[in-house]
Amino acid sequence: MYKSVSLSVLFHIIFIVLTVVSLPFIKKEPITAQQLIAIDIIQISEKTQLPFAPKAREIIEKIQKEKEKRVVTKQAPPKITPKEKPKAVPLPDQLKEKAKEEKKKQNPEEIKELVRQSSEFEKKELFDPNKIAALIDKSKEETAEIKQKQSLELTQNQDSSVSLNKGITLSQEDAIKAQIYKCWNIPLGLPYDQNLLVRIRLKLKQDGSILFSEILDHARMNQPGQGFYKVLAESALRAVKLCDPLKMPATGYEKWKDLQLNFDAKEMLRG
Amino acid sequence: MKKLYLTFFSILFFTHTSFALVKIDITRGNLEPLPTAISPFYMDDPAKFSSQLKGLKLEEKIPELISTNLRRSGLFNVIDPKSYIQSPSIAHMKPTFQDWALIKAQIMVSGKLVIDNKKRLRVEFRLWDVVNAKEIEGLALFATPSSWRRIAHIISDKIYERMTGELGYFDTRIIYVAETGPKDQRVKKLAIMDQDGANNKYLTLGNELVLTPRFNPTAQMITYMSYFKNLPRVYLLNIETGMQEVVGDFPGMTFAPRFSPDGKKIIMSFAKDGNSDIYSMDLATRVVEQLTSHPSIDTSPSYSADGNYITFNSDRSGSQQIYVMKSDGSNVKRISFGEGLYGTPVWSPRGDLIAFTKIYRGNFYIGVMRSDGSGERLLTQNYYQEAPSWSPNGRVLIFYRETKAGKQGVGASSSLWSIDLTGYNERKIKTITDASDPAWSGLLSK
Repeated sequence: MYKSVSLSVLFHIIFIVLTVVSLPFIKKEPITAQQLIAIDIIQISEKTQLPFAPKAREIIEKIQKEKEKRVVTKQAPPKITPKEKPKAVPLPDQLKEKAKEEKKKQNPEEIKELVRQSSEFEKKELFDPNKIAALIDKSKEETAEIKQKQSLELTQNQDSSVSLNKGITLSQEDAIKAQIYKCWNIPLGLPYDQNLLVRIRLKLKQDGSILFSEILDHARMNQPGQGFYKVLAESALRAVKLCDPLKMPATGYEKWKDLQLNFDAKEMLRG
Repeated sequence: MKKLYLTFFSILFFTHTSFALVKIDITRGNLEPLPTAISPFYMDDPAKFSSQLKGLKLEEKIPELISTNLRRSGLFNVIDPKSYIQSPSIAHMKPTFQDWALIKAQIMVSGKLVIDNKKRLRVEFRLWDVVNAKEIEGLALFATPSSWRRIAHIISDKIYERMTGELGYFDTRIIYVAETGPKDQRVKKLAIMDQDGANNKYLTLGNELVLTPRFNPTAQMITYMSYFKNLPRVYLLNIETGMQEVVGDFPGMTFAPRFSPDGKKIIMSFAKDGNSDIYSMDLATRVVEQLTSHPSIDTSPSYSADGNYITFNSDRSGSQQIYVMKSDGSNVKRISFGEGLYGTPVWSPRGDLIAFTKIYRGNFYIGVMRSDGSGERLLTQNYYQEAPSWSPNGRVLIFYRETKAGKQGVGASSSLWSIDLTGYNERKIKTITDASDPAWSGLLSK
């Protein structure tokens, strides 16, 4: 009994002494050397496009397909400052807050020629908290619409049987998109409520210049009653031509030599 | 066993190297108007042209008018002719597309004037796709020198149609009420002019007040309201002959007339004892049919593009709202449910939309909604504006706007304005006098 108590006391003392002696050292700040961070510059494609073993690929493809069924839109492409389109002229109670600004901006005396430029503010879409319910309802409608659209005309979601191995990475895809966006003058008179999807097949040379381009639904262009489709198709062809040569990644020619561009102006025209 | 090895090795060495076709969705682009070059026209063999014809300078005036038309549509950006480097004849015969691409034009218009063997003036034009280096439209028209404006309008329509897929609206006329004099002694004359304000002509002398003129969409005929024995009555007027007649023998006042889309019927309001209802009349048989019978005020009827429905406004619910019914008067349904008052509904010739005037908290709005009342969109707002009328292609609305009077009640003026469905492209239409109550004709060359 006595022995064990004394042992316990001894160990406690040792412990206390050790803490007292060592703690001040811990408290002292160590010499701080600038820590170096090593950065490897790598092609993102090496990481995103790892070749999978066949079995793994199968599994991933399965998952991907299931995902596609659920996911309606892919990652939003970068915004190319679209011209703001007015949904409507706002009502006075929506205006109240900014009424003062309006007075400054709108100066009818200064109107030159005969064009009255609408002030920016006037055209701004104002978020109306009272309409949240309406928005939610709308989203319901939209999903419902998507399900209904099993018509003959292709929609983007149906068309792109996006395979897992797209060949190019998302960032490369975005770079191509950004180039085409700049070249494409959307015909402004088109109706926004029709399904007009123009698919153009491109074959590219190694330097990114276009070897040939063709419209996939070429026959539709000259059918009667397809005037709007023709207009859109021609504008898409002009866009492709204006963008020639495309700036393509230096490597992986095999992956991007065949491209298909799906032109769809609906989103923009609906504003 | 051997087979197994083979499969194993083939899997090992021949990994998947084939890539699926890369598909990219392009959902965004420029919403700028299309960069367009309109080359001056030229005279083919100028020796054949009389000095008088040369003096008209049509080879400059026609392309200038085309430029004005296209620019006003808001869909085309016409590049300054000073930057054109190609001569008009080369541009018309075999253009060097690089020269036009250099100034960033995407389409180009060229043309020439020819005096043919029968000494007629022929105007040719071609529309080129500069980017794809090909001709996409061409047309030759015979003209008398005095009709050069119409020629330019028809060419503008062709270009518009080719580039938008929709019919144009340049070769059209507008009828309106020309107003002069002080507010308490206003003289109101019926006037007609080209869509761009040229060729203004008065159709009545101004002895009687005239209101709400409307075009027959198929013929050169107008219906309007004027006073007959101090009672407002609906009139018919033939533009070509100048013949006028009172429509029907109603024991009260008739107003707000409008033609049916086939031009065979007139629909209007007939008021008696403080109650107004909607009536239609067959122009050939003069058979009158009462379409609504409600103790409220029903007015401003307008047929749908297919003639099967009628939209009108009524205060049967307590305030003025827009209603739609079948053309036989059955199935009346209210479609406007927003705040404020709704009036002057007009069905688009394209059939999809109804334009209206909305009054809300002392402001006037011109807007559109779908024919079931959904998708209401207000396009423009002002102190006072009303009476929208559609362009024949259903893309542009013309209406009139009044400015506020000064403190003494003078200085108020009214003028014609147009706005397209985007709500962006709002423009004033030049008129000689003050103007109100505009109505757009159908395409003249159709």
